[in-house]
Formats: sequence, structure tokens, C-alpha cells
Amino acid sequence: MRGPHDMGGLPAGPVDRTEHKHDFWEKRVDALARLLTERKLRTTDESRRAIESLAPDAYDRMSYYERWMAAITTILLERGVITSDELGRKMEEVRTRKAAP
Amino acid sequence: MTGMERRAVPARFRPGERVAVRRADPPGHIRTPFYIRGCVGVVERLCGAFANPEELAYRRTGLPAQPLYRVRFNQCDIWPDYRGPAHDTVDVEIYQHWLEPR
Repeated sequence: MRGPHDMGGLPAGPVDRTEHKHDFWEKRVDALARLLTERKLRTTDESRRAIESLAPDAYDRMSYYERWMAAITTILLERGVITSDELGRKMEEVRTRKAAP
Repeated sequence: MTGMERRAVPARFRPGERVAVRRADPPGHIRTPFYIRGCVGVVERLCGAFANPEELAYRRTGLPAQPLYRVRFNQCDIWPDYRGPAHDTVDVEIYQHWLEPR
């Protein structure tokens, strides 16, 4: 199975070399990943495996740190650090808070 | 790490030997790029032995450690339409379990 990440030699057009300033949420994802690694709740190999397992369309659509966040979510669910129910409820809570006037 | 954990698979190849990359396509976390599978190159160096990342990705130990080689390939052998100089090469780091004698 050739994953969406394993694209060596495939036509992909020129490399976009433009830099962008990282948003605050991107820095938080990076910090979260580092913290989880330090606490031995995440490894780079696991993270790569989780990112490669994304559906090809999701892999192409997501940005770098969106992929990282998806991997963190997968790893924490697999390891039992959080449950889907806890995560779902927290996401609802945040959504409601943000929607509030 | 204990002594047991440091055990490694013995190195099978020496620098200068010709090796073929297995033309395999297993599912899972694979560290040998698709484009190099089935190609023949020459061992440039032994990089050391490391816990197998294809196992580490699933939270297993990856032991015994697998020898990792830097293998050199001719670009012309990899890409049928390669237009660069004939002596151009590419080095790829490949774990021993992906290599066969040639």
C-alpha cells in the first residue's frame, strides 16, 4: 500500500517555499507534542504512523499542524489517555463557549 | 537499557556490496520509500543498528535492533526518463530486512 505521504517520484509540481508565521494554535500543538513526548505518551514513530494512516483526501487537505493534531488525538485515544466521549464533550463545550455572545 | 535490549541482528552486508531492495508492499508503517523498492544499489556504509521503527510505530520494542545501511543508487537506474548527468546518484538509508544480496 503506497500511502499518500510516500510520494517520491510522483508528479507534484514545484515545491512551495513560501514561509508563514505560525498561528498561536500551531505553537500550542507543537508544545503539546513536545510535552507528550517528554511524558512518554507519544513517540515520533507512532506519530508518523498515525499521520500516514489518514485518508488520502484528508492527508492532502490538512495543513502540517492539523496532521500533527490528528496524530496526537489518535495516539491519546489508543493509549487510553483520553476517551472519545471525554474529547467529544470537551469539543462541544469549547464550541458552545465560542458561539456565546 | 539492559544488555538484553541492546541486542542487534548481525550485519549481513559490507560497504561495496551490491544489494537489491525487496519489491514488497506490506501494510503498516514502512520506512523504505516506494520508489526505491526493487532497485539495485551498492552499500555505501553501515550506519549502525537501531530499533526497528516499523515496530516502534506500534509501540513494540523494535528489538533486536536492525542494521541500517546507506545504499547508493544510480539515478538512471531508478528513473527511466532521468535527464541529469549519467553519474548522478542518490543515497537512501535502508534497514537490513529490506535488503537482499545481489
